[in-house]
Parts: sequence; C-alpha cells; structure tokens
Amino acid sequence: MDLNLTAEEEAFRNRVRDWLAHNRPLALHQRGVVDGKTWVQRAKDWQRRLYEAGYLALSWPKEYGGQALDPMRQAIVSEELMRANVPGVIGSNAISMLGPTLITWGTEEHKRRYLPKILTGEEIWCQGYSEPGAGSDLASLRTRAELAGDEFVVNGQKVWTSGAHIADWMFALVRTNPDAPKHKGISYLLIDMKSPGITVRPLVQMNGEADFCEVFFDNVRVPRANLVGELNEGWKVANTTMVHERNWLGASPKRLFDKIVERASQQRRGGVALTQHPLYRQRLADIQIDVEAMRLHALRLLSNAIHKRPGGVENMVAKLVGTELNHRMALTAMDMLGDYAAMARGEPSAYDRGVWSATWMGSIARMFGGGTSEIQKNVIAERGLGMPRSR
Amino acid sequence: MDFGLTQEQEQLKSGARDFLSHECPTSVVRKVMAEESGLAPELYQKIAELGWTGMIVPEEFGGLGLGMLDLAILLEECGYAAMPGPFAFSSGIAVSALRLGGSPEQCRRWLPELASGKLTGTVAIVEEADSLDPADINLSAARDNNGFVLNGVKMFVPYAHAADFIVVAARSTPGPEGLDFFVVEGGATGLSARILRNVDQTRRVCEVKFDAVKVPEHARLAKSAGLLDRLIDAGAVVMAADCLGGAERALEMAVEYSKVREQFGRPIGSFQALQHLAAELIAAIEPARSLLWYAAYGQDAALEDASRAASMAKARLSAVYSRTADQSVLMHGGIGFTWEHDIHLWFKRARFDEPFFGDPVYHRDRVATLSGY
Repeated sequence: MDLNLTAEEEAFRNRVRDWLAHNRPLALHQRGVVDGKTWVQRAKDWQRRLYEAGYLALSWPKEYGGQALDPMRQAIVSEELMRANVPGVIGSNAISMLGPTLITWGTEEHKRRYLPKILTGEEIWCQGYSEPGAGSDLASLRTRAELAGDEFVVNGQKVWTSGAHIADWMFALVRTNPDAPKHKGISYLLIDMKSPGITVRPLVQMNGEADFCEVFFDNVRVPRANLVGELNEGWKVANTTMVHERNWLGASPKRLFDKIVERASQQRRGGVALTQHPLYRQRLADIQIDVEAMRLHALRLLSNAIHKRPGGVENMVAKLVGTELNHRMALTAMDMLGDYAAMARGEPSAYDRGVWSATWMGSIARMFGGGTSEIQKNVIAERGLGMPRSR
Repeated sequence: MDFGLTQEQEQLKSGARDFLSHECPTSVVRKVMAEESGLAPELYQKIAELGWTGMIVPEEFGGLGLGMLDLAILLEECGYAAMPGPFAFSSGIAVSALRLGGSPEQCRRWLPELASGKLTGTVAIVEEADSLDPADINLSAARDNNGFVLNGVKMFVPYAHAADFIVVAARSTPGPEGLDFFVVEGGATGLSARILRNVDQTRRVCEVKFDAVKVPEHARLAKSAGLLDRLIDAGAVVMAADCLGGAERALEMAVEYSKVREQFGRPIGSFQALQHLAAELIAAIEPARSLLWYAAYGQDAALEDASRAASMAKARLSAVYSRTADQSVLMHGGIGFTWEHDIHLWFKRARFDEPFFGDPVYHRDRVATLSGY
C-alpha cells in the first residue's frame, strides 16, 4: 500500500493543474445556450487544445499520436480534469472505445488513418450497435452487410446512436453471415457517415434534447478495407470495445456529490439546513461513503493495471455500482428540493438554473446506456461468481 | 502508487485462510460455541505461536510491529472462518488502547504478555444507554488517597469474564473533557462480570459491574485525552474487517448452494432472481473492501482523514455484512433456517458486528461531522 506519487508524477500533476488553470474553455458547457453548430466547434477546439497540450490518450503508442506513458499518468490527467470542472471531450467515445479496439485489432493502415484524427477531434465517431430488435440481446442484430467484390453493401437500421447527427464516422456491428449462429455471423465495420444511402434522424429525448438518433442504411457501400478484424469475428472484436465502455461510464461522481452537499447546506427548512436534517444528513453521508468507495475502487483497479495483477470479480462491478450511485445522488438532490425539483431548465425560480431535473433524467439514461444494470448483473453472476447460465 | 496488498500481505492472507480452514472449521467453532467460556484456548495458543497476537504490538514490546492493514487482513480471515475467542478484542482493540493511550511503563507492563498470548485484555466503553457519546459514559472515577474508586456498570464487554485486564472508560469530572481510561486487573475486588446470553455464540460479551473498585494512580492511561475517538477509529477498523470476511463467506456459501440445489429441473443459481441478488451483494462487497484497506492504511500512515475513513468502513461494511447474511440465508430457503446448517453462524455474527463500536447511523453521522457539514 503506497498512495504517494513519485516526484516526477507530482511535478507532472502540477504541470497539468497549472495548464488547466490557464486554459479553461469559456462557456463551452452551455449546451442549449449556444446553437448546436457553435457548440460542436467549440467542443472540438477544446479537445484539440487538450490533445496538443499532451493530455489525451497518454497511453497510446507514439506512432499513432499517443505518448506510450503508463496508466498512472492518464489517471493523473483524468483526476485533474475532474477537479478543474472542465467539460469532457467530444470525442471521448472514440478515444475510450474505438481507439483501444483499433490498437488491438486494426491493420497498420487503420491505425495510421484513424487514430490521429480521433485524438485531434477532426473526426467525430458514433457507435452503431443497438437496433430496434437488438438491445440487451445485441448479438441478434440484423443490419445486413453483403460482400460484393471489394465492397460491403449495408442495409438496415441502428437506433439510440448518440451523436450520429454530428458524427463523421460510425463504428458498427453488422450481420455478414445470416446462416451462422448469431454470435458467429457478425462483423465490425467502419462506415463513413457521408456515404450515400445513410439517413440520420435525431430522436427527441425525455429531457428535450436530441442527442441520440435513428440511422437508416439503404444500399450503403463500404470498402472491404474498412473491416476490423476477420470477417464474421466482429463479436470478439466488439468485446474489447465493450470492456472499455464499461470502464468509461463509471466515471468518478465526487464532483456531483460536492454540489449536492453545497445545495443541501443552502436549503433550509424551519431555519435548519438540510445537512442537519436527521434523514438527509444520513442520506448524504451514505452516498458520500459510496462516492469514496468508488474512488478507492478505481484506485484499486488502476493499481492492478499498473502492477499487472489480473484481479477478479472486482473488475466487473464499476459500471453497475457507478451508475446506480449516480442515480441515487440525483434522487437525493431531487428529494431535497421538494416542489422546486420538478421545475424545468429555464424556469426562473428553479435552483441552479434547473440543472437538477436534467441531472436526474441523465442519471436514468446512464443505467441502461452501454449495457443495462440487469445485463451487468448477469455478467457478474455468471462470469464473476460462476453461477450457472440462465439462458 | 499502489493501492493494493503487498506480496507479503497476500501471503499472510492465504496463509491465514489455509490455517483457519484446518484449525478452525465449523466443527471447532460449534464446539467452542457450546462451551460456557467461549475461549478456544488451544486455538488461541496456536495463533499466538504464529505471532498473530503481537501483530500490531511494537517490536520494542515484543510484537511484530506491523500495522492495522496487516491486522485487518488477518481479521478478515477470522470473520471468514467465524473464529471464536477474544483475538480481535484483545489483540486488536485492547492493544490499540495501550498503544495509543499508554505510557511506556504501561505498555511495558501489558503489551509483551499480550503479544505472547499469555494474557488477554478487553475494552469497556458503553453503558446501559449503549452509546459512544461521551455524555452517555457515566461510570464514575472518584479520587481516593492514592488513586481512584470506580463505580458503575459497563455493557457488552467482550470476554470480560476471562480477561486479565479491562481498559475502562470512566468519568472523573463532568463534561466531555472529564473522561479517563483505567486499566483494571481481572481479579480486582468489587469487579464482577456476567456473560450475557448472546445470539452470536461465537462471541462472549459481558455486563461488568464496578462496585467500589480501587485502582492506583498509575492505572490511569497516560494519554486519555482524545483516546475515545482514536479507540473508536481502531475498533471500527477491527470490526469492519470481520464484517468483510463474514460477508464474503456468507455469499460464497449461498452461491455454492445455488449451483447444486435444483428446482424446476435446473440449478436455482441459473435463475436471474438469485443471480441478480448475488451480483448486487458482491457489487457492494468489493468496493467496500477498498474502504477497509484505506481506513486501515490511514491509521498506519496517520492520514488526515483516518477517522473519517474508519467510520466510512464501519458504516458500510457492517451494513453490507448484515444484508449479505440475511439474503444468504434466504437463498438457502428452509435448510438455512436449521441449526445443523452453518449459515446461521454468520447470520448471527453479522448482527453482533453491526452495532458493536458504532452502528451505521452513528458512523454516518460521524462522517458528516468530520466532513464539515
């Protein structure tokens, strides 16, 4: 057990902190305040600045735009970004999911062609997995890709595709062999969103935003060279991505907790702050304990990665626990606010510009996005605890 | 940076698991449960020979001079085995009282023989109100010619009936500053202990009466000021470690049972109702393990937030243990309610562990206070 940073790591942390103090993006997070195009451009600019400063994908190989640094440096950067309360990067799905997949499975040409532009934010990606009939049972997907000479011809539909309306590319799972058992006939394709035959239709979400989309493919031609991994081996390839996705979605909730305590200390009933209210005080401490547990749990997983210890079932719980905790935090905030909790964004009397109802709705989405809590529990029980398969 | 166990600590853990599976199977636990004293002296002798009793005793006083994290690793395994006897309370909590509060002379008087396993000690804090709040500690310590006279009753004192000494929290003057700690020898005149009928038969706890017990001046722990809080920190980690091991064992038993018990023509562990329950339990246990490691390390490294970390670990792990034990009994169904099946050993032990040295409500409140809200 050793929680100290080395002198070099300490110096690195100070450099990151100093850089962030002088390079805060202005008003970038005010999505909905600026128009969509302006927001995308600002978000891309911010990602590029972070990348050029050397603070993105530090562990990637040097030849593809990374720095080949150890996971500790990446963790220091992530923590400082969190602490500085700066927005996330617009290309984070490609950085955390597609990038590692290409590094593992991609050809040399894939890596040289795609990885650098993922980092600079020049190309934005969306993830084409879910379909109307393929959610938790993802392997039953039916979007068809037929090989015709040097090209695939893609027909079908994806849904819940976040950011498809602003994406330049999609990494997608498609069916290339309809006669094989369902896991054996899937391939992993990179699809140019400007290809003829693609229609993107944003869906308005319960929170009023339109971030996820339906994507329709009508005889879309994709070069065979855009296949990642072997033909019909896409399920194996995608599993790399899904593992990374699970890590990505369990991000640290400390910042949200601090905001909730601050709100609770300002919220008074009968002259007493809610932090002193016997029930809310207990609820706050209860979520604080889980927030700290998840911070330490992340340190444990990071340490296992640095010191090359395989670990066991502990590797599988972060997505489930992290998103459920996030939701519990949002509910605590909503309960504290009483009638004000139901006030929408933009209502003048709402607390914190109505951000809490948005946080609450967002917390619901995180519990099913990237694999529902129920699917996580299946995986934990069957692979982590060795319980007999349910299906 | 390495938030994890060292190779030596991994060996300590697997060695303890191995040792206890041979020396403390449930047949041994049940034998000790049935005996009035509940002491398991042969087992205690063996763990003393392994050095466990001197784990956190400084080397200058004959111990191994290791830290709370090392002790927590052992205690986790003791919880896993539902090990009976005074080990946690003597070698964890009583040693901490002397280590944190004793003068060098007081340490020299007691620690070497605690480390060797020749003596055991215990700590008595709560009274009828069952509260760690200093205002609820009223056993009186009145000045006498050459020392103090103690009068009052302590509750839930582990293994006081057999302890060679009891570290007792007493009030010398009114107000929060007026707490003192005294080392009272087991055979002192006016001291009596009654073993309470406890559902967790792997432990013995006593009501201890102090009827004009005279103690000399040098029996007062030199560093009594602030000791209550530091003892709560130590006790919280000791108990949380037992909770972790117990929760692991209860869940493991339930999961193993679900693999062999068949209903509707298939193992019940293939039903999602049970799978999801088991997944939720392990998903609570594993992050809580990190809380324990950090809390134990926090005391070894004297981290600023060590007290808060201890309360976090105790609040979460004691609740997780109770819930895991409850659900593990339920996963067994009728067989789990029989005396013959072992699961009730952990089910009941969880109930003792949860409130002892502060229940989750107490520790959550302490977390809030220590966080400044």
